[in-house]
Amino acid sequence: MDNKSLVSIDDYTKEEILEVLARAAEFEKNPNCSLLEGKVVASLFFEPSTRTRLSFETAISRMGGRIVGFTDSSSSSVTKGETLKDTTKMVSNYCDLIVMRHPIEGSARYASEVSDVPVINAGDGANQHPSQTMLDLYSIMKTQGTLENLNIFMVGDLKYGRTVHSLLMALSHFNPTFHFIAPPELEIPRGYKIFMEKNNIKYFEHTEFNDIINDADILYMTRVQKERFADPLEYEKVKNVYILKNDMLNNTKDNMRILHPLPRVNEIAVDVDTNPKAYYFEQALNGVYARQAIIAKALNL
Amino acid sequence: MNTKKELQVSAIENGTVIDHIPAEYLFQVITILGLDKSKNSVTFGNNLESKLLGKKAIIKISNKFFEDEEINKISLIAPHAKLNIIRDYKVSEKKIVESPEKVIGIAKCMNPKCITNVEAVTTRFKVINNSPITLKCHYCEKITDHKNIEIV
Repeated sequence: MDNKSLVSIDDYTKEEILEVLARAAEFEKNPNCSLLEGKVVASLFFEPSTRTRLSFETAISRMGGRIVGFTDSSSSSVTKGETLKDTTKMVSNYCDLIVMRHPIEGSARYASEVSDVPVINAGDGANQHPSQTMLDLYSIMKTQGTLENLNIFMVGDLKYGRTVHSLLMALSHFNPTFHFIAPPELEIPRGYKIFMEKNNIKYFEHTEFNDIINDADILYMTRVQKERFADPLEYEKVKNVYILKNDMLNNTKDNMRILHPLPRVNEIAVDVDTNPKAYYFEQALNGVYARQAIIAKALNL
Repeated sequence: MNTKKELQVSAIENGTVIDHIPAEYLFQVITILGLDKSKNSVTFGNNLESKLLGKKAIIKISNKFFEDEEINKISLIAPHAKLNIIRDYKVSEKKIVESPEKVIGIAKCMNPKCITNVEAVTTRFKVINNSPITLKCHYCEKITDHKNIEIV
């Protein structure tokens, strides 16, 4: 019932986003602290997600908290048919905070309503994954010094990619210009275009991935997933169009940085990894600081 | 109701007439308004000729006057419904149904992967557009448009 929960990136106002990012910078300077000493955090992963789970659990450990929970639903009471409501109610009696990953969309919002302690959504199906958005924003802030007035290029699967959608919503507070590069099958959904038009946000759509990226401050790459295509031929046609290669970066801006929510498959060539503009591995590390800041805010610490 | 022609559902002395209900939704409107449990006398006609809807239904409830909030629940399925408030056999007031801001427990979320379709959760939507009526699920945040609105 407590609405310190973070379920959707829209739960944060612009001011709260900036507050949490500033806090993340403090955690980066001093990652180890005892803010969570004596506190128990439940880490409920109803589906496996090693990267997100380790990032949250590292954040909790660095703050001195204890972790209880499970890493996939086969080792929980879900296999006995317990409802999410009952599991959440039971666990919220034991702990001070719940971090939850669940394959069903809307599960985190529901859990936040039945739980007595705040719930942090670590991904609910294809819906929301706000801690990923906060770490993306933190990475942008850190590399650009600001979130305002940036040229953001998003490439790949813009239709199903929840990280793209949440980042778009969050950046809409900061007067961005968006460029979307995607095959027509994976273009940004209409609902988001209506949102941008209503809010006077400039955006451009492209199907070619070429030197238009020379304007970019941020190049946000995503994976084009084979399972999204009804026709395998269509996938074969587009899968190699959106591969970022090192020589494409020659004339890009010096401040430009490449982000990717990871895991990548082949959409960023390995030779890009050593380019100073490649930022995706540092981006992942930023996730720990962003999550420390999110936890601190949820518990009012 | 002021025309001389014969009324297809007999007049009431005092109460509410709900007109222009799409014929296929008559019984759902009855359920949503709880008329199936009402002690008032309720008369209705279905599959009546309508220039607007083709076939329409009409319900007359004696001695019952709805709160706006109550009646607006039917806007999801009967957006063109019109209300006539009857006092002493005369229409004393006309109202149209307006979309509510929130829809709770009436419609189904069209997203099969939504928690409300998996567990016993009361559905909740924000109405993000009135015409055509468009709902946004409070839980999974997906849009259910008017073509896909199903009543629980």
